[in-house]
Amino acid sequence: MSIRNFIPTATIDQTGIEERVARLNSRSIKKESKVFALKMALNMIDLTTLEGKDTPGKVKQMCYKAMHPHDALPGIPTVAAVCVYPTFVALAKKELGNSGVKVASVATAFPAGQSSRDIKLRDTKIAVDAGADEIDMVISRGKFLAGEYAFVYDEIAAIKEACKSSRLKVILETGELSTLDNVRLASEIAMQAGADFIKTSTGKIQPAATAPVTLVMLEAIRDYYYETGRMVGMKPAGGISTAKAALQNLVMVKETLGATWLSNLWFRFGASSLANDVLMQLAKEAEGRYQSGDYFSKD
Amino acid sequence: MSKRVNKINVTELDFSSVWSYAASPESTDHIKIAPRYEHFINGEFVRPTSGKYFKTINPTSEAALSELAQGNDKDVDKAVKAARKAYTEVWSKMSGAERGKYLYRIARMIQERSREFAVIESMDGGKPIRESRDIDIPLVAAHFFYYAGWADKLEFAFPGKSVAPIGVCGQIIPWNFPLLMAAWKLAPALACGNTVVLKPAETTSLTAMKLAEVIRDCGLPPGVVNIVTGDGVAGAAIVNHPDVDKIAFTGSTDVGKIIQRATAGTDKRLTLELGGKAAHIIFDDAPLDQAVEGIINGIFFNQGHVCCAGSRLFIQESVHDKVIRKLKDRMNTLVVGDPLDKNTDVGAINSAEQLGKINHYLKLGVKEGAEIWQSSCAIPRKGYFCKPTLFLKASQSHRIVQEEIFGPVLAVQSFRTIEEVIEKANNTPFGLSAGVWTDKGSRIFNLTTKLRAGVVWANTYNKFDPTSPFGGYKESGFGREGGLHGLSAYLKF
Repeated sequence: MSIRNFIPTATIDQTGIEERVARLNSRSIKKESKVFALKMALNMIDLTTLEGKDTPGKVKQMCYKAMHPHDALPGIPTVAAVCVYPTFVALAKKELGNSGVKVASVATAFPAGQSSRDIKLRDTKIAVDAGADEIDMVISRGKFLAGEYAFVYDEIAAIKEACKSSRLKVILETGELSTLDNVRLASEIAMQAGADFIKTSTGKIQPAATAPVTLVMLEAIRDYYYETGRMVGMKPAGGISTAKAALQNLVMVKETLGATWLSNLWFRFGASSLANDVLMQLAKEAEGRYQSGDYFSKD
Repeated sequence: MSKRVNKINVTELDFSSVWSYAASPESTDHIKIAPRYEHFINGEFVRPTSGKYFKTINPTSEAALSELAQGNDKDVDKAVKAARKAYTEVWSKMSGAERGKYLYRIARMIQERSREFAVIESMDGGKPIRESRDIDIPLVAAHFFYYAGWADKLEFAFPGKSVAPIGVCGQIIPWNFPLLMAAWKLAPALACGNTVVLKPAETTSLTAMKLAEVIRDCGLPPGVVNIVTGDGVAGAAIVNHPDVDKIAFTGSTDVGKIIQRATAGTDKRLTLELGGKAAHIIFDDAPLDQAVEGIINGIFFNQGHVCCAGSRLFIQESVHDKVIRKLKDRMNTLVVGDPLDKNTDVGAINSAEQLGKINHYLKLGVKEGAEIWQSSCAIPRKGYFCKPTLFLKASQSHRIVQEEIFGPVLAVQSFRTIEEVIEKANNTPFGLSAGVWTDKGSRIFNLTTKLRAGVVWANTYNKFDPTSPFGGYKESGFGREGGLHGLSAYLKF
């Protein structure tokens, strides 16, 4: 099978995926299993700011929040990482020190990816040299939709090489891929080209991380694992803003990939507003009532 | 591809550690179950002439929930007389629009009490609350709504024909979908102007008695619906009663044959919805993960107590190993246990007797040489439970492939060519349903014309709707329920 004629290893039935999602979403998560899952979800968040108006001050504040999500409650874990543009990597790295919170940087002409291979590699190198632990790249959706799968594959492989020891997350931007069959195929290309994570979206395009898309990607990861024995991580990003949606995602992971993936080594949420909703739920579980949103810091 | 998979040492996926769901039981505080239920005859709850009662058991706790009147021929005779009187004097004379109003009222009252019905269905029958709440009870209401709409349009339903009700209908229903089967039978019969004597299954009569409360409270004229509880004695009395005009039976093929013999030579009309052993066919181009979900819904829905269950799985050779691996992983995620827990996927086996029958087939399958595999899930010690089970490398000559097990047991075979799978799929005395999974539309149409089954699902399984006719070929019975076809079973032309 040549890469040019890449054929996905599975077809996807959209109705079937939606039914499966509905059934998974009907899981009832209560009491201690809810508290455990909320903490797990918080610990999987890539706290993100990717705006033109980002300032060093904003990044600093976000880094503190990443390490101290809500000191008023005991036993709250840190988030997994902060996700910024390459220009803020060095600052974030310094702020986070040895807290264990990773620095992720978007690269490769994020979010559109409309640039040359050369620029994308340079972009990646800048972020890696500044100390980024993780690189979030975007695929060339135009080439993918044109059927130039080999181009997409080669580009991912080249970026992977430029990442050196940094982990590579490959953003498929599923909101532009049109069909679940395309999501499946793009997932397979990314994994075969060396992705450490596959990620749904940049957050700049709607729809972003929908549950059916996430499930298709999780199933692709499982099938790739069946075939190769290599674990690949998953990161839904954009659109997951409530604790309930986060728990539904964790149920999907648990029942598709199993417990091994239930850690921030293999599963992440790309989100900015999710953390506070999770914290609000944790506070409610601890104290029995909801608190005002004003009790949770907005950075 | 499959050979490569075998060489790589991949650790099994772990579906049990790290995070498990806390118990999430549906509340039973609002449920009222009387210690004893009587027959419902002529609009009243009446004691059985025998004075005898039998216990109905909760299959999860093995404790008695209530006791029910033991019906005999005298009770049935009373019920038939009440039905005849109601038919002659009231129901057959009433306009369709008026009859429809009663049916709409029943449907709405069921919706209002849906949570109560769902919980009792799960307590008495063992089915998971997820199914009774999301599938059974909503479909019950939908059937009454659907046939209520036909009640005043019967003269347009069959153009060029004049229609009339048949008379008194004896309806005998099974234990797998207690209230839903009652709705399938009652709604079209009443819409067409017939009156009814209904006998629920002896292990699952409680929701029928709750339905009797609804029927009484909605003001349906006395005698239009009569419910007699009991075992085969009461059933036989209905079948053999000379003043019953039509018998509708859903249940086992063995009993169906007895009924057909009993009604032969009489002018009773008869519809039978009997057993099945459906072929569920997976082609190599199918959406495999969704097909696996279809297999799960096909055989583990309602613990496999489904006459149209996809109990014979045929997987195309080239994807056989892949599908089995996915299926095993999926089966390891099934939650088996307390039917009232909202996370339960597979509940309790309906009765000790049925569990015994399933266990007999589990032993038999092993003895016949099929390879048994069971889900790693834990099952409760108390109550009637059975692990979801696969029999791999089954053969057409195995009895586990030929006979209806009516439990969470799936017999798996592989096939190479389309001709082969059609021949094997049709090589059964049953013909109720079948399923086909393929990405190719033309192949679906090819198979739907060649599979001898009343229902063929394509790229889905176990989907029900009041507008869609349901029924079998061969030893799966005759007559259709649901849709326009379902009306014609309760009308004279």
